[in-house]
Amino acid sequence: MSQAIQASETSHAPKALLAGLSESQAAQWVEALAGRLAQAQAQGKSFAIEGHRSKSFYGEPATGEQVPLSMADYVGVVSYDPTELVVVTRSGTPIDHLESLLASKGQRLAFEPPRFGGKGTVGGMVATGLSGPGRLSAGACRDFVLGMTVMNAQGELLRYGGTVMKNVAGYDLSRLHTGALGTLGLILDVALKVLPVPAATATVCIACSQSKAIEDSNLWMAQPLPLSATAFEQAEPGAALGRLSLRFSGAKAAVGAAVELFTAQYGAQALVPAAADAFWLSLRDQTHGFFQPEASFPKLSLWRISVPGCTPALASLQDEPRGCVLEWAAGQRWVWSAKPAVQMQQLAQDHGGHATLYRPAQLAPDAKPAPRFTPLSPALHRLHLRLKDELDPQRVFNPGRLYPSL
Amino acid sequence: MNAPATPPLSALRPPSEALQWQPGELKFARLDQALDPAAREALIENLLQVLPAESVIVHQEGLKPYECDGLTGYRHLPAVVVLPHTEQQASQVLAICHARNIPVVARGAGTGLSGGATPHRGGLVLSTARLNRILSLDPAARTAKVQPGVRNLAISEAAAAHGLYYAPDPSSQIACTIGGNVAENSGGVHCLKYGLTVHNVLRVRGLTIEGEAVEFGSEAFDSPGFDLLALVIGSEGMLALTTEVTVRLTPKPQLARVIMASFDEVEKAGQAVADLIGAGIIPAGLEMMDKGMTAAVEEFVHAGYDLSAQAILLCESDGTPAEVEEEIGRMKAVLSNSGATDLRVSESEAERLRFWSGRKNAFPASGRVSPDYYCIDGTIPRRRLGQMLARITELEKKYGLRCLNVFHAGDGNLHPLILFDAAKPGEFETTEKFGAEILEICVEYGGTITGEHGVGIEKIDTMCVQFSVAERLSFFAVKHAFDPKGLLNPGKAIPTLSRCAEYGRMHVHRGELRFPQLERF
Repeated sequence: MSQAIQASETSHAPKALLAGLSESQAAQWVEALAGRLAQAQAQGKSFAIEGHRSKSFYGEPATGEQVPLSMADYVGVVSYDPTELVVVTRSGTPIDHLESLLASKGQRLAFEPPRFGGKGTVGGMVATGLSGPGRLSAGACRDFVLGMTVMNAQGELLRYGGTVMKNVAGYDLSRLHTGALGTLGLILDVALKVLPVPAATATVCIACSQSKAIEDSNLWMAQPLPLSATAFEQAEPGAALGRLSLRFSGAKAAVGAAVELFTAQYGAQALVPAAADAFWLSLRDQTHGFFQPEASFPKLSLWRISVPGCTPALASLQDEPRGCVLEWAAGQRWVWSAKPAVQMQQLAQDHGGHATLYRPAQLAPDAKPAPRFTPLSPALHRLHLRLKDELDPQRVFNPGRLYPSL
Repeated sequence: MNAPATPPLSALRPPSEALQWQPGELKFARLDQALDPAAREALIENLLQVLPAESVIVHQEGLKPYECDGLTGYRHLPAVVVLPHTEQQASQVLAICHARNIPVVARGAGTGLSGGATPHRGGLVLSTARLNRILSLDPAARTAKVQPGVRNLAISEAAAAHGLYYAPDPSSQIACTIGGNVAENSGGVHCLKYGLTVHNVLRVRGLTIEGEAVEFGSEAFDSPGFDLLALVIGSEGMLALTTEVTVRLTPKPQLARVIMASFDEVEKAGQAVADLIGAGIIPAGLEMMDKGMTAAVEEFVHAGYDLSAQAILLCESDGTPAEVEEEIGRMKAVLSNSGATDLRVSESEAERLRFWSGRKNAFPASGRVSPDYYCIDGTIPRRRLGQMLARITELEKKYGLRCLNVFHAGDGNLHPLILFDAAKPGEFETTEKFGAEILEICVEYGGTITGEHGVGIEKIDTMCVQFSVAERLSFFAVKHAFDPKGLLNPGKAIPTLSRCAEYGRMHVHRGELRFPQLERF
């Protein structure tokens, strides 16, 4: 993303770019940022990087010793060429702002990032790497990152990747920063791959057991069906049946045929489009009732269990009082539980996955907070430490946000 | 956790000497330094303690087949070649090399085109030829766990019985290995729709240079911590040795049909590509050949290509019969509108393969019309294709060499093939300059110097054009975190800073500084 191409890129961009910083304003902002970094370095300070703070619940909390560093003013779409399937955005840009622009050209972020409380910046989106229902079929946030400009602790700008999909020059540092929770550097500009909005979408629902839902959704993923998302809800613990929702997206003929097949042969109910859209949005942005804490269950924490999709229903979680929600053909499982973190992590690891303490219950005053992420193997942890020591030795960026040692 | 023993690179580098400084690990960067005979003897003896004799190649005739990969212009006999049968053996080999400071170059099938597997004269080549088993295939989970020496196509062949296949399909897939694919983040004709290696691999199990096993990624959709899986994929064998790969399998489409579209102007073909994408179509395959390449391949395969066309576009649709019918209809409409002078749609699988045969035989066809050819691999935004081909025509005149072009139009990956005769003195060097200039134009147009072949040795100088000092230092830093001694595939991919300074001087010496806005120093 060299300076040489920026002028020509904007000449191809649509006239009505969203209001953002001009190039010179952006350059000034970046220079001021570099100055702040230099100052902080000299004073031995570290930063807590912020956008809208809509995802500050995720990961280890900032300790309060860091200076808040807001990226929320660093806004604007730098370039957008629908025929190249690329958009380059500054990290403070609100996600919904970007998505409106893409929608105006019949395009979208296929990984469906969450907008908690309707908020969230592109920088936070990429730093957390969180993805929504579409991740099952389209890929995760990191699969759509084409390039990035980051600022290191010396205030230097580093440009990785580019704006083209195929780019194997150098190590994939854009993806290393994706999901790193800001611990390796400041994300400034991000180049993302975009895709067309599908021609047609439809959702059907089937009543079935959790085991059947797990088995069948994976079976159907192996078939030539335009299956773009799945969700299984089991509200009552111990209930025989829950609700499996299947979203089909793609060519009109294919989606129509799938709906017909499922309603005729599998006894599925088709959802009205408005209800279907609302349902998938409620999962994507976690406004669905399941994700809200319940006053009658104050001791339960929300856990995210990431396991291979075909993993059978987890027996030890079947008695949890709020049931469960399974997404991504059962590859992403949500459960409210009071079980100790070590037990949840072990359970996930036993099945080849990991567990995230997503939203912890309120702690008793004397209780010690549990780790949010499953610990790394010693070999992996060593590599993480060495990378952090190489890229942010002074621990300037979000120290402790991912793991205490990073 | 204990602090790591090795200080970070930044602690070792005096900031004032950044431009002249060279990390100590890069002492192996020159591939032609031999190993002294006594050290070699001791190494071989040590290796024979952990490997059966037939897994250790020491004599010249045995070493010769390993002296280069697909980049045959660069050859070095390694000090020794080993072919471990197990991960345990590989681990012990690495531990020995680490202790004895022996550079290690991993090699799959040796089909790479950038010198990624070119041996180090004083080093060891670790071939994955005997790590060639498909360990398991899970049709319900749509995954396969394989060893690095398994051929790309062999995975799809094993999955076929379940209606599944492994989607990334580089042209060399009949021979290339999945381990090599991981090292290069390989793509293939279908990558616009189905992704690169990084989009189709769930997990890589590897060994560090110390011989320690690490799991990158997992069989779940994600894993905690940094995305080291993505970092390792495309790292050209410089961060870890792959010993297992878990790949994602994709349902095999029921049907595929390809449209062959002729254009009387290259710009129109380039615009047609943009129009297809702009219409919201993601073709399964989208490839272009220019007139010169079409003439060369038609002589070779007799597929009935339109020899009068300035450019031919192959545009493929796959899916269910209903999906394909709908999509072909939309594609034809767009291509017509964009000025295609002729449109032919394949009516059978045999005809589809025939339409593709020329494109797939671009290399051997070029080999028929010229004693030698040099394939370039760069990427540009699609809409610049017309301009790029016009610049290449100018460069043909400048260097006095012909250049045929194929283009992965779907993702902007360009393969100019420069025709030359290595027997003519100086012609190879001229060819390299022609190629380097093409790559610089790629960067100028907002692309990159390599789309899929990797940097290896071949493009290491052009890395100086694409990346700044700070960026290259960050690459060294990442390398230092994995391999402080710099033993894994040294001298590849990331150039030393002093090398870039030399390259910069070459340009000034010619009395002109091209692209003054790009950072030199």
